[in-house]
Amino acid sequence: MAEYLIKNGFVYDPVLGIKGDRTDVAVKDGKMVETSALSNPAEIDASGMTVMAGAVDIHAHVAGPKVCVGRNFRPEDKLFRATPQAGIKRMEGGFSVPTVLRTGYDYARMGFGFVMEAAMPPLYARHVHEEIRDTPIIDEGALPVFGNNWFVLEYLKNKEIENTASYIAWLMRMTRGYGVKVVNPGGTEAWGWGLNCPTVNDPVPYFDVTPAQIVRGLIEANEYLGLPHCMHVHSNSLGEPGNYTVTLDTLKQAEGIAPRNEFGREQVLHHTHLQFHSYGGESYASKSFESKSKEVAEYVNSQDNITFDLGVVTLDETTTMTADGPFEHHLTELNHLKWVNTDVELETAAGVVPYIYSPKTFIAGAQWAIGIELGLFSKDPMRTFITTDHPNAGPFIRYPRVYKWLMSKAAREDMLDNVLKYGDSVRDRCYIGEIDREITLFELAQMTRAGPAKALGLANMFGSLKPGMEGDVAVYPYNPETSEDPEDIERAFSNARYLIKGGEIVVKDGQVVSNGNKRTFWVDCKVNENPQVERDIAEKFKRYYSVNLANYEVYAHHYVPNPYVIEVDATQ
Amino acid sequence: MAKLVTDVVCPFCGTLCDDLEVGVSDDGTKILEVYNACAIGAEKFLHSQAKDRVTRPRMKQEDGSWKEISYDEAVEYTATTLAAARKPLMYGWSSTNCEAQAIGTEIGEMVGAVMDNTATVCHGTTLIAVQDVGVPSCTLGEILNRADRIVFWGCNPAHAHPRHMSRYSIFPRGFFTGKGAKGRKMVVVDPRVTDTAKTADIHLQVEQGRDYELLTALRVAFKGEWLPDTVAGIPKKTIYEVADIMKSGRFGIIFFGMGVTQSLSKNHNIDQAICVTRDLNEYTKWNIMPMRGHYNVTGSGEVWGWLHGFPFALDLSRGFARYNPGDTTSNDLLVRDEVDAVFVIGSDPGAHFPNSSVKKIWDLPSICIDPHLTPTTAVCKLHVPVAFVGVETGGCAYRMDNVPIECRKVVDPPEGMLTDLEFLERVTARVRELKGA
Repeated sequence: MAEYLIKNGFVYDPVLGIKGDRTDVAVKDGKMVETSALSNPAEIDASGMTVMAGAVDIHAHVAGPKVCVGRNFRPEDKLFRATPQAGIKRMEGGFSVPTVLRTGYDYARMGFGFVMEAAMPPLYARHVHEEIRDTPIIDEGALPVFGNNWFVLEYLKNKEIENTASYIAWLMRMTRGYGVKVVNPGGTEAWGWGLNCPTVNDPVPYFDVTPAQIVRGLIEANEYLGLPHCMHVHSNSLGEPGNYTVTLDTLKQAEGIAPRNEFGREQVLHHTHLQFHSYGGESYASKSFESKSKEVAEYVNSQDNITFDLGVVTLDETTTMTADGPFEHHLTELNHLKWVNTDVELETAAGVVPYIYSPKTFIAGAQWAIGIELGLFSKDPMRTFITTDHPNAGPFIRYPRVYKWLMSKAAREDMLDNVLKYGDSVRDRCYIGEIDREITLFELAQMTRAGPAKALGLANMFGSLKPGMEGDVAVYPYNPETSEDPEDIERAFSNARYLIKGGEIVVKDGQVVSNGNKRTFWVDCKVNENPQVERDIAEKFKRYYSVNLANYEVYAHHYVPNPYVIEVDATQ
Repeated sequence: MAKLVTDVVCPFCGTLCDDLEVGVSDDGTKILEVYNACAIGAEKFLHSQAKDRVTRPRMKQEDGSWKEISYDEAVEYTATTLAAARKPLMYGWSSTNCEAQAIGTEIGEMVGAVMDNTATVCHGTTLIAVQDVGVPSCTLGEILNRADRIVFWGCNPAHAHPRHMSRYSIFPRGFFTGKGAKGRKMVVVDPRVTDTAKTADIHLQVEQGRDYELLTALRVAFKGEWLPDTVAGIPKKTIYEVADIMKSGRFGIIFFGMGVTQSLSKNHNIDQAICVTRDLNEYTKWNIMPMRGHYNVTGSGEVWGWLHGFPFALDLSRGFARYNPGDTTSNDLLVRDEVDAVFVIGSDPGAHFPNSSVKKIWDLPSICIDPHLTPTTAVCKLHVPVAFVGVETGGCAYRMDNVPIECRKVVDPPEGMLTDLEFLERVTARVRELKGA
């Protein structure tokens, strides 16, 4: 395989502690190596440019049934946004819910090497994997949802952690899943009857278990198994004014639980798109609504076993999609736009509604501010990751814009003064105007590379340029010594000059030149035989599922043609 | 003593039953019996065993006779025809697996084809309505476990989806539905007294073509507002009564079929039906689901959705994906003479399209990939028989509720026959050569 020497760039690597030194980086046979290991490398001149490891996205909705609904029911999302076929690059289409082809190409152009699909309904796992298969270049994994699964609800009502863990291991194998995702614990099952669980103490109808019990139980089961990633939660009452107390109650479920795994992961709970969960006040009106980002961030700062991602609102017209069924119904009542809902037997639900975050409204401006504030209040960039909960708060192609807002106070002031219609109200009701902090490039590398890689249990592969890591290197046309205009940040990080992915050059001079050799990551967790769980599975499939047990597993080669399996032994 | 293959998926209708058992001869070559399937499904399996089955491609000759040719020649004709065409129509895709659909789409990209599936004459109107107002829905297991109100509107599952009522919707006992059919209220809306209508608690014999009026009347009735004495032939008392039944359920569903999608008002009917469902969610939990016909028509919409963002009427002829039903739909293209070659796979437009369209297929260079002899194979220039998906090869198919299920291979195809996927892979390779891509 090819050898590459990336010369003279400003290198940022949190794992190696390199903070912008001009140094050379070497790739050989798909891995990072010492420069001395190269014999006859192709040289890439990165002088005047920024060099980082390939980025890692911990949470985006990029593949699967609800994403495909978003594409199919929004032809308007593709209007005037098509890009023709060119060379090896296939046709691209879509904006907030791009086609899988554009998804792969856009991530590559932004210098990403790994993306985690954030919610996989187990019954639809095949669909998720087919889309992942057809997404070029980037490595991906998918998190099956567990927070409203009948097996989990029944086991956790009786505090049966071991049974829950056995079931998780089984389901991850059936679905080729990566970890434990929880969305509106209990609330989505209640949505089966058109109801919800707004706080952590509301019992789930019939199942009589509370969201707090579900969250804590799943953390314990996750650590019982020692999975690479921790329990990944979207807590109850997303998007509701005053919901920050529910968020704090959810985060507190992790207190006293220590991580137990062999992947170097140090946290037990990941809270996703925290922006949507850090609201105060009683309504969306500017008289009442307020930011509680400081309160939530302070709690996170005080704990060392929690990570989170931001979910920054990017002020675009987008397509919201979540396994939080009741929330999407709430949203369609609010904005009266088209609404898709799919309840999935015994497992979960999902909803999809288009949404316009208009800078002309107070509330969109306040949401924007809260996401940015969380990133700036957080004291540990290794536990704080940049996302837009793609496509919920905005499409992932806006990440570079979010970087700009985090890295430049001037850019934020410009938003408040010139873009947001109610910038003054936003200053008044949120903290954004008081914060002077500007994220550095080193911190950016922590928040987009080393941090998420570590939280996913992939620190031995991604997030750094250390010899032995995957050969994922991004070179951005950004000169940290001379660039002064914040727009340079957005421009440079939107289109890497080069991306080497798995040792192969896929972006060259800013153009996609290869469809790469993508892999699907999943976790195969070995557990002791558990006759009770086996019996329960057989019984539920016989009586309540609409598919036979033998037809549930994603077994055929064409779903996961290029797997990377992480094995975990939880038999001890 | 025969071998029994279990958990077999039925490749006939959108119900995609996955509990079939097929008895196979000891040497694994012959299908002897099919258990658990409906009459149509069983026939699909048994039909693959027909002695007079065509097992090699055939090219139509000048004199109208057919000449057997090799698969190599068939690949060559297909690839050169598609590559030479300015704007070929690649239609069908509903009775094949998703892998074939995905690779077929790559061919479509290379040759600048218009891709369309059977939704174009079936539930395409539903897809348009969903683009207007969305769709609150669920999986079929949710109906099994929760539903106590079932409405069949313009569909006749007793004949078209024969196991639907017994597997999912009316008779089974689920988790919260221990009483089975006794715990469910069944309403059928149909101008005909169908066998489905005969089993209903209430049959609304709507005037033909007046579904839109009845749907809007229900929306009025939910709010308790004024209605005229009769709407669409139904007395207002009955409408209020049915509205009450719908509102008082804990979990309801409307299943609908081509009686509403392809009758007067088309997609506007479905808009209203979806709005009825939306309205009901103000009071309780309601869902709506199209009764998709072909076993994998849903899958073709999903494959095109993730590759290009549109579920049917996908026009790739300009080098990027475009969608404009009425313009990029098969029949409109055919009758306007806008396509210069026709490729059909996994469908039978010869039987389903208007005669004016079928004549155009007859006039054009045309290829039909189909295991059966059909009216379409009769009008095309080249007929390529292939293995039956779900009988002689596996692959992914999407049920009417979008749940993907992996079909099973039960027996080998007759010796030397290719699958859809194998044939298309060879065509792809040849087209790539021809296009120099």
